Amino acid sequence: MATTETTAKTTSATAAERLAQLKTYIAETQENEHPDSFLIAVLHKAQELYGYLPVEVMDEVAEQMGIPTAHIWGVATFYHYFSLTPPGQHVISICLGTACYVRGAGQILQALKDELKIDVGEVTPDGMFSLQPARCLGACGLAPVVMIDDKIHGELTPKRMVQLINQYRKQAKK
Amino acid sequence: MTATYRIIVCDGTTCINSGARRLTALLKEHLDKHDLTETVTIGLSGCLGMCDKGPIMVVNPGYTIYGGLSEADIPKIVEEHLIKGQPIARLAIQEDHLYNRFFRVFGDDKFFGHQMRITLRNCGIIDPESIDDYLSLRGYEALAKAITDMTPEQVVAEVESSGLRGRGGAGFSTGTKWKFTAAQEATPKYVICNADEGDPGAFMDRSAIEGDPHTIVEGMAIAGYAVGADKGIVYIRAEYPLAIRRITKAIEDARAHGLLGDNVLGSDFSFDIEIRLGAGAFVCGEETALIHSIEGARGMPRPRPPYPSVRGLFGQPTLINNVETWANIPVIILDGANWFKTVGTETSKGTKVFALAGKVVNTGLIEVPMGTTLREIIYDIGGGIPQGKTFKAVQTGGPSGGCLPEEYLDTPIDYDSLAKAGSIMGSGGMIVIDEDSCMVDIAKFFLEFTQNESCGKCTPCREGTKRMLEILTRITEGKGQNGDIEKLERLGHMIIKSSLCGLGQSAPNPVLSTIKNFRVEYEEHITEGKCRARACSNLLTYEIIDTCVGCGACRKVCPVAAISGSPKKEHVIDQEKCVKCGMCFNTCKFDAIAKV
Repeated sequence: MATTETTAKTTSATAAERLAQLKTYIAETQENEHPDSFLIAVLHKAQELYGYLPVEVMDEVAEQMGIPTAHIWGVATFYHYFSLTPPGQHVISICLGTACYVRGAGQILQALKDELKIDVGEVTPDGMFSLQPARCLGACGLAPVVMIDDKIHGELTPKRMVQLINQYRKQAKK
Repeated sequence: MTATYRIIVCDGTTCINSGARRLTALLKEHLDKHDLTETVTIGLSGCLGMCDKGPIMVVNPGYTIYGGLSEADIPKIVEEHLIKGQPIARLAIQEDHLYNRFFRVFGDDKFFGHQMRITLRNCGIIDPESIDDYLSLRGYEALAKAITDMTPEQVVAEVESSGLRGRGGAGFSTGTKWKFTAAQEATPKYVICNADEGDPGAFMDRSAIEGDPHTIVEGMAIAGYAVGADKGIVYIRAEYPLAIRRITKAIEDARAHGLLGDNVLGSDFSFDIEIRLGAGAFVCGEETALIHSIEGARGMPRPRPPYPSVRGLFGQPTLINNVETWANIPVIILDGANWFKTVGTETSKGTKVFALAGKVVNTGLIEVPMGTTLREIIYDIGGGIPQGKTFKAVQTGGPSGGCLPEEYLDTPIDYDSLAKAGSIMGSGGMIVIDEDSCMVDIAKFFLEFTQNESCGKCTPCREGTKRMLEILTRITEGKGQNGDIEKLERLGHMIIKSSLCGLGQSAPNPVLSTIKNFRVEYEEHITEGKCRARACSNLLTYEIIDTCVGCGACRKVCPVAAISGSPKKEHVIDQEKCVKCGMCFNTCKFDAIAKV
């Protein structure tokens, strides 16, 4: 199991600071009516802090909210937004909305899989890219689109997709 | 002296993605440089709907709409247009597009072209982050009217009489829902806005919230008064950060103005709204699943009755409506049900917003009166099919809907006509499909989605969609068997009959509607091993044609060494060895590889 120290990348805070932030957040939510209902909000906060949901963090949430870890696992695995594995250095979200699909997102996805040699939901062995599906990024006018980190790349072809990946690789070498 | 201008920059997601914010910053720099900051003001707007022409800037007065702008265009606009008063024709969107007409009636609520805006009435006109903008366009007047001039019963009666039906897709009467919730004696009651837009290829709700968040807040507050609830919850997708930020700001501003919180507008009525984030589960659009999600559990539906209006969130009476439904409420209260009823058809009143996308010239967000035909939307508003291709089908209702072929193009858009034609209204996704798409593949695409999103509670939905997907997959791989079509139909009808919630009950629709309307394509795949759209890779062969210059790129990239040829000579693919991966096709720089 990867430790949180080596993989977290969303914030530069130390593990202790992150945990303290999470605990403060949980404590705030527990003052409301129906405190258990804030579980999903707490998991959002945890993923924002850690980049994903490490198992030890879920244990921590379980303890502080008084909810069984099994229930938390059930919730975390039910929703696509939550990731149980650390993301790659660059997160590639391929839009598989209908508009992108009819404009060839399927071929873009295949090109990505071939080029990165990973499947959707996986991370490349070098930890550089992770590939995840997205349902409509709302940029249908630019279909087919791929979002790499926060940047949208539109009107792609399989060839342009591969070129784009190579650009990121080149930058990493520098 | 220089003239006074107001520039509106579209701040919708698509325009932001195509660089609108960078251009705004650049524009500010240039205004500074030329000392124009006093005479030229910049405002933001929500999505203008012209998504394929972004980034968009509108220069007023004059209604000049600039589209497809790049950084180099900004100094020119400043120097030519703002200083010399010469609009730049090259950059202006000239065609008398309906959106142009929309701006000619800027500030007027008259009808224009084929579109009519009720839900999106303020989108693109007001700055979505300014409550003053909203207030200046009769914002919160409907709430004031409801609280001061009407009893809660009168508000419910007005909504019921308007004939408004749920815009989330199912089309249940909104007034009836309100009446049921109002009739409950248990308190507290809850009012929920369902903004968990999950249909892949639809972004109406997001644009509505991003463009005019206050109208949702106002609609919910009116409902709170009408049904006797003091708490509202907006359940919104975590994937919509901009919409979340804007609705949060709208709620805070409304609170600061005394429009939310204790004693709204000095009355006895108190109401406040909080935001809860979804986490990416399509099934949470179903109301009982949504309630479970807000409660912090897995979003799985439960049998109804009891309906949420009786036992909903935390076991209390709960009213749930979709974003677009909420946006209609202030208009109905302010202008009256009698006016609202004049728009639309016998059974479906008002307008509907669609996210028009796919193989159509103008993609974007449109709003039309109910009763507009599919043909008018696709050809008059959408501008037809690009690149001279042939129309094949239009898909409405997303993964719960169906594909309608050409003979249904004159179907008027309303809940009942679309259902009769074999599709559904749905939440508003409208995807145009041309000859390049394979209908079996499209059906498979939607089923993959619903299969993946099935929560797993009901066996027919969990296992049945999986079996259907297996059959579809083998058909697209050229391994279809006789009887597969009948099997799909039997399974589909069985899943529809035996599933608990809307997801399962509608999951087979894309398959059944494509079988009904495009059966011949299924048959070709099975009996002839042919895909007429050349979309199913296993059913086509790759061949090298005479534009080949013998560069050898394809030979190197082929994973099974099926390509041979000497340098600078035309290469050849060994069809026996070829695994149809398409690598050669993607690699070739000379378009010398053809799909046959």
